[in-house]
Amino acid sequence: MSTKIKINSQIFQDSNNIYYPKDESEVSDLIRELYKQDSPTEIIGNNSKSFIGNKTQSANTTSLSKISGIIDYRPEELYIKVKACTPINEIEQVLSENNQELAFEPIDFGYIKEGKSNKGTIAGYLSCNYAGSRRFKVGSVRDHVLGFKGVNGKGDIIKSGGTVVKNVTGYDLSKLIAGSFGTLVVLTEITLKVLPKKDSSKTVIIYPSNFEQIYDFFNKLSSSSSEISGAVFVPEQSKDKDFVTKKNSVFKFNDLKSNISFIAFRVEGDKISIEEKINNLKKELKLSNSDISTLDVYQSEPFWKKVNNLEVFEKTEHNLIRMVIPPANGSKLCKHLENNHNYFVDWCGSLFWIEVNSKKEEKIKDLKKMAKDFGGYLTVIKTSSEYDYGEAIFTVDKVRLMISEKVKQSFDPKRILNPGKMYRGV
Amino acid sequence: MSEIALPKIDSSILNRKSEIVKKLSKLTNIENVLSEADELRPYETDALSVYTQTPLAVVLPENTEEVSEILKYCHSENIKVVPRGAGTGLSGGALPLQDAILLGLGKFNKILEIDYENKCVVTQPGVTNLGITHAVQHKGFYYAPDPSSQLACSIGGNVAENSGGVHSLKYGTTTNNILGVQMVMMDGTICRFGGKSFDQEGYDLMGLICGSEGLLGVVTEVTVKILKTPEVVRAALIGFPSIKEGGDAASEIISSGIVPAGMEIMDKALIEATDNFSKAGYPRDAELLLIVELDGTESEVNELIKKVEVICKKNNCSSLKLSNSEKERLSFWAGRKAAFPACGAMAPDYYCMDGSIPRGKLAEALLEIKKLSEKYELPVANCFHAGDGNLHPLIMFDGNDKEQLRKTEEFGSEILKTCVRLGGVITGEHGVGIEKRELMCEMFNDNDIQQQLSIKKSLDEKNLLNPGKVYPILRKCAEEGRVHVHKNKDKFPDLPRF
Repeated sequence: MSTKIKINSQIFQDSNNIYYPKDESEVSDLIRELYKQDSPTEIIGNNSKSFIGNKTQSANTTSLSKISGIIDYRPEELYIKVKACTPINEIEQVLSENNQELAFEPIDFGYIKEGKSNKGTIAGYLSCNYAGSRRFKVGSVRDHVLGFKGVNGKGDIIKSGGTVVKNVTGYDLSKLIAGSFGTLVVLTEITLKVLPKKDSSKTVIIYPSNFEQIYDFFNKLSSSSSEISGAVFVPEQSKDKDFVTKKNSVFKFNDLKSNISFIAFRVEGDKISIEEKINNLKKELKLSNSDISTLDVYQSEPFWKKVNNLEVFEKTEHNLIRMVIPPANGSKLCKHLENNHNYFVDWCGSLFWIEVNSKKEEKIKDLKKMAKDFGGYLTVIKTSSEYDYGEAIFTVDKVRLMISEKVKQSFDPKRILNPGKMYRGV
Repeated sequence: MSEIALPKIDSSILNRKSEIVKKLSKLTNIENVLSEADELRPYETDALSVYTQTPLAVVLPENTEEVSEILKYCHSENIKVVPRGAGTGLSGGALPLQDAILLGLGKFNKILEIDYENKCVVTQPGVTNLGITHAVQHKGFYYAPDPSSQLACSIGGNVAENSGGVHSLKYGTTTNNILGVQMVMMDGTICRFGGKSFDQEGYDLMGLICGSEGLLGVVTEVTVKILKTPEVVRAALIGFPSIKEGGDAASEIISSGIVPAGMEIMDKALIEATDNFSKAGYPRDAELLLIVELDGTESEVNELIKKVEVICKKNNCSSLKLSNSEKERLSFWAGRKAAFPACGAMAPDYYCMDGSIPRGKLAEALLEIKKLSEKYELPVANCFHAGDGNLHPLIMFDGNDKEQLRKTEEFGSEILKTCVRLGGVITGEHGVGIEKRELMCEMFNDNDIQQQLSIKKSLDEKNLLNPGKVYPILRKCAEEGRVHVHKNKDKFPDLPRF
């Protein structure tokens, strides 16, 4: 207890016993003290994504919300260095003033959690590594991290990487931190690669007649020299009337037919090259003008926001699954999901967002088996209130779990940081 | 200079050589184990040929199970192992150790699967980088990272070094272009990270392995992403009357929102050297030469090249040529690709440095290097991957003159320290290996290095896999960090180096 008071006297703690270190040295002092005490802590940012992952069993909570702000932004060098808990909105705002962006297109998980925008912080993003629709073209969050600083589970301040894209100096720990759910390092500083925003965008809608055709289109789209930067399939479901209503209201655009399954693909660039690419793709996909509709930039931009906000699953009370598989198996998965689950497909056929009814939790096990058989994985992003954790939230095999335990040990030997958030024992 | 501190030799292992060779011969075909002096000679060094060591034995396994059995045996008997791909690495990462087995992956030379539907190729690690592109180019696909040694370097070695190339700003390095690896750990455990789908869940172990210089495991299979070849590629060749104006133009191209496929800079010394050597037709009056390459659809490329033209004119370029054919585009690159041999023709020896700096610091870095060149009285020529900030100064000297050699070493070390001071790093693409090991403390403090070492320890507790590489063993910042080429005798003279 006395040590707790000691920490308390140094670092502000609110009435909920949450620690709010103000800078990297305070984080270091706090973790060093907790390390001595063998007392684990949950690490939170602004709580936008804390519902993802297992519940941690921790006596303490550490909020990084006071470690926020832009440290160094160099548009001409294509990087931005920020404190870990800088809100995504703030970063996007300042980048936008220089016509730049985070190309990995952050997903806004606020909609599925509470029905409104809450993009959270960059540390939260990096810790989850969930990129949006542009992923198959530009890479994931991990591909845009140039370096970081943070505190390991012993309280040591460590850093890796830098501000340059070409860097092979030592192990690339930035990659390891991406998607580690705060179990290795308490992040304090992150350097991101930024890229120029495209001048404009257009979205072409196709109305396919069967699953084979969907994947034939996806394959042709991803095989084209006329690069696309987004491709989704949104099916029309007949059984779940509520979902159909929701889908039709979310994707209500002047130039998009409702009550019908559709593929939408996005082309970005300057206006002339957008037209050129669309014409090329129409030829390659053998589409005539009567087969398609086109969303101009004023419809295209909000369309992809709605996709990336997962708005069709707004405030879902069911289990929401994120499944990633090699696209060649996609049509089989679509057939399985048809009429059983509400879902849509992103990343040109690789990423499936699937809602599993809270009363049919056992289905998650079948889906996980399918994901593995197809050479992919699934994560239960949001659990229903009845979820009993009978089926693990993450997918991991024995060998990877064993190595993960060793890696965890090397950063956080006493399992102080977010213990159990990903796997038991990590 | 050929003296370098290496881990203490375990004489008990040397004494057991015949027993170890015998055992290894049971774990793979007998002809895959080399132990006679003349058989070992070709493996004594990699492309950092100034350092040589004779390995205890060379073993060339044929499949993953054999690799696993060999590592398991070495692990139980405390025998060190140095993995080796094609041996084209420039930082000594595959330098053998006298008491270690050299594990060559040369027999892993088959492409296992070409999967166009999933846009990937599953390959054994000994296949060359260019071999992958050759296998898919008839369908209009290619593998993006293109290190200059791509004709000979293996994809397994690319994973170990996280190799880049001239196109890394737009297309990334190896880590951004692979989907999965199969790897064997030092204790023989076979593991698989990633596969054909994006973004493995959990710790990104593939990301950790990529660039780990053979210290954490032996890669036995790689799944790489393939991309569709761009419809059109064009280049611009632009001369500038001053370093500052050229550097500013390069920065402005980036900040204007253009992401070139490649962007290269050469200084006056190199323009002259390469033009003499390859008759590339470069503007010899220019102080700085910029090559900008753009790719995409036809109208996209034409639009971008117009923007580049405007920016360069605004920054007072003295000459500007745009490629109007594939032949012309390749001619723009001819001189640049001959940069290293051109320097080799100018002096008995040259050192190639490899550091990264923020693009905007180029003028500052070049001026600093010029000052150092005067201080050490040694000529230097500079090429710079301006797209991604990777700088390669080439210091010319005479290796027979001991004093020049010493000065060259100091000069090189000061250049890399300058890179760090300007906000860059000590290696952009050649790796740390043994070459820059002692310079790691220029970039990292004790905590940083300890964290990396504790990862190493967690995956290779006995420190048997490629020991003595990457991390300082002298615990001082020695004057290291360059590639030495004597009398233009690069170990791989046919490979372009850029």
